Amino acid sequence: MKQNIRFHLNGKPASLDTEDDRTLLWVLRGDLDLTGTRYGCGEGLCGACTVAIDGVAVRSCQTSLSQVKGKNVVTVEGLERDGHLHPLQQAFIDHGGFQCGYCTSGMLMNAWAFLQKEKHPSRDAIVQEMGGNLCRCGAHQGIIAAIQEAAGKGGAR
Amino acid sequence: MREHADLHADDLHRELLFSEPAGTLPTTREGLGFTRRTFCQLLGGGIVVLITTKPGKVFAQRRAYPEDLNAYLRIDENGAVTLFSGKIEMGQGVHTSLAQMAAEELGVSLDKMTMVMGDTDSCPWDQGTWGSQSTRLFGPAVRAAAAEARTVLMNLGAKKLQVSRDKLSAEDGVIYVAGDKSRKVTYGELAKGKQIARLVDEKAALRSLKEFKVIGHPAKRMDGHDKVTGRAKYAGDIRRPGMLYARILRPPSHGATRKSLDTSAAKAMEGVTVVEKDDLVAVLHADHEAAGKALALVKAEWDQPAAAAFDTESVGDYFLAHGGEGESRASKGNVANVTGKLVQSTFRTGYLAHAPMEPHTAIAELKDGRMTVWAGTQSPFGARTRIAQTLSMDEKSVRVITPFVGGGFGGKSAANQAVEAARLAQITGKPVMVAWTRAEEFFYDTFGPAAVVKVNSAVDDQGKITSWDYHVYAAGDRAAEVLYDVPNVSLKTYIGRGGPKVHQFAVGPWRAPGAGTNVFAGESQIDIMAAAAKIDPLEFRLKNATDPRLRKVLKAAADAFGWKPGPGPSGQGRAIAVASDAGAYCALAAEVTVDRKTGEIKVKRVVAAQDMGIVINPAGARMQMDGCINMGLGYVLSEELNFNGGTITDKNFDTYEIPRFMAVPHIESILVPNDDLAPQGGGEPAIVPMGAVIANAVFDLTGVRIYRLPMTPKRVLAAMKG
Repeated sequence: MKQNIRFHLNGKPASLDTEDDRTLLWVLRGDLDLTGTRYGCGEGLCGACTVAIDGVAVRSCQTSLSQVKGKNVVTVEGLERDGHLHPLQQAFIDHGGFQCGYCTSGMLMNAWAFLQKEKHPSRDAIVQEMGGNLCRCGAHQGIIAAIQEAAGKGGAR
Repeated sequence: MREHADLHADDLHRELLFSEPAGTLPTTREGLGFTRRTFCQLLGGGIVVLITTKPGKVFAQRRAYPEDLNAYLRIDENGAVTLFSGKIEMGQGVHTSLAQMAAEELGVSLDKMTMVMGDTDSCPWDQGTWGSQSTRLFGPAVRAAAAEARTVLMNLGAKKLQVSRDKLSAEDGVIYVAGDKSRKVTYGELAKGKQIARLVDEKAALRSLKEFKVIGHPAKRMDGHDKVTGRAKYAGDIRRPGMLYARILRPPSHGATRKSLDTSAAKAMEGVTVVEKDDLVAVLHADHEAAGKALALVKAEWDQPAAAAFDTESVGDYFLAHGGEGESRASKGNVANVTGKLVQSTFRTGYLAHAPMEPHTAIAELKDGRMTVWAGTQSPFGARTRIAQTLSMDEKSVRVITPFVGGGFGGKSAANQAVEAARLAQITGKPVMVAWTRAEEFFYDTFGPAAVVKVNSAVDDQGKITSWDYHVYAAGDRAAEVLYDVPNVSLKTYIGRGGPKVHQFAVGPWRAPGAGTNVFAGESQIDIMAAAAKIDPLEFRLKNATDPRLRKVLKAAADAFGWKPGPGPSGQGRAIAVASDAGAYCALAAEVTVDRKTGEIKVKRVVAAQDMGIVINPAGARMQMDGCINMGLGYVLSEELNFNGGTITDKNFDTYEIPRFMAVPHIESILVPNDDLAPQGGGEPAIVPMGAVIANAVFDLTGVRIYRLPMTPKRVLAAMKG
């Protein structure tokens, strides 16, 4: 049954008239044209679809619209501020934290949410926290280095 | 020793054969044969450089690489340069390195370059992006085109500035009169309003190593900004007005046939279109998720094939029993004349999924009689041919556009999803997206084949290898040639090219196809012989090798690693292995620990030393080496497709385990300089010795030899218990 669903998306109010059992990933990609959030596995096993809800990293392929009502949702498109890359985004470029780029949005959002709660994580803590995000190209070292650097440069912003 | 280039032509041929069971054999055709005028019309104004490549000997034997156009550039009135390339970007970084090559020869900075890749309408024909060929085989064409463009511009500049050409110099897109920088003209000004096409060949004067300003300098990737902002478009991100998402009914196993079908419940669902045509049953909806719900309403019964021929565990024995006579690929001396100690080994590997993070996706739109398909594919031109044939359309009426590809590794060579999308677009008259689920990805992948290698070799009491009798089942002979100086050699291949067809699902190229298997076997065997001869494994290799490139990378890796000599097992848990692949040489030195309770192997450190000739983008090259090592951990330690006959039981990443952050070792990737050699392949070589170096390190630590990949904890425990 359709209903009006409201939440904050990348700092702006969002309002949709739709069923609340629909999956956030497909609403973002289909209804809202935010295609930066990627489908990778559909079962919460790869992390490519990661977004932040109230600052916590979640797998949007496992999240229904009913779970985001009234919440703050941040996707990769919401990381830039005033046309400037977020320090994490810049660090991913500087350290080669990607190859094909398909896992990158999920990596960034998982790392962003992590840095919200852990301002200066150790390398081991980063490795543990990112363990659920898969990268097939093998850009892991660059991703770890990028998160480490961003943590020192206001990555928690 | 055969030319590497020939090896690759062979591999390609073999890869195509591998694709046959699924009916995915891509047919290659000549290029479209655009006329020069057509190109100019397509491009509008500016200077256009066309480049011809003579059909290289690489492809001359079996496939006709087109004699017309292979690459071209456009310089627009603002001085911006666009490079058109039939190659595609799937993470390997050629988007940047090809641009570097053009920028270097043209004399412009990298930020002036724009890339258009894999669009069959605007880019010249290309066979496909695989085999680490973009830099070493396509790169020379790009450089020649750009060099010729610069010549054209210098001629125009001389005329404009009214001085002879030898008095001019070019810098970042501006031509100056030597000694008077006030007299100048920009490339853009020269290109303004002109439409000049020049045919060039590959012999145009290229810049020398000493002159390089862009080549050889680390460049950050040009696709970085788009990829970190989420703006990068993959096939699934393309939107067309009125588009529908399709879900296709799939059989429960390969070889199953449908005996009943009931789509009535799906048809009753609002907004659903049902397509039933021959073998194709699909449900379509404007919402992706709703299409999935509709598919769940489709009822079908299937006849399953008879008992499975083999499964994950028994595949190797099946291959050995059904391999047939085999085919001799190399022979020297007489391997029957064994002198010294004979070592007989059998090595096994499993089927591998490519598992790119982006599943196969395509969207097709039929408009005004033309079919346009945006597809994640390594072979846009091959896809165009297949789409045209399937749809009974003229190739000129089909356009394939390749957005960024989210990983390929050989698995996106066939583009079946593009054909499916195009069929559905033709049937429904609407734009249709086909986006495989992860389960479909694990079902319709063209898996890297399981394989068996039997090696009988001998070493004399001086530590010299005297014979090498090598039999490989299903992996082909890439990187199978012995790199050491052995007087008696035999190499035979079984299954695959010309041999019996045994696979129960589609197989195809998987990053450095077969090479990882062959080097796992070959370099493990070398270590076994070194241990038998009680000689340090590095010393044993150097003692038996005169190939200077081989020796150099071995020494470079050992030096950087801090190699401490001693025959194996030395208890250090360290090892070395080396391979020659894609024209490059790569040696890996690694250190491991093994949990003796669980059997889990942890790779602590890998040092890679690679000679790949002139390096275009050192940053990109090292990124590829790191990526090879990380990805390589998968097929070495955990990845193996679980199946029984045509039923594939792995459906997602919960059971098919690819490497995670916790698994990655400390990596040191070293580029061994070899500026006398043209650029060689870099996307694959470092993944090739991974199996051997880890198996050898486990032996060095424990004294236990493991003959089968992946070296799962269970197998390691079993081996340690003897």
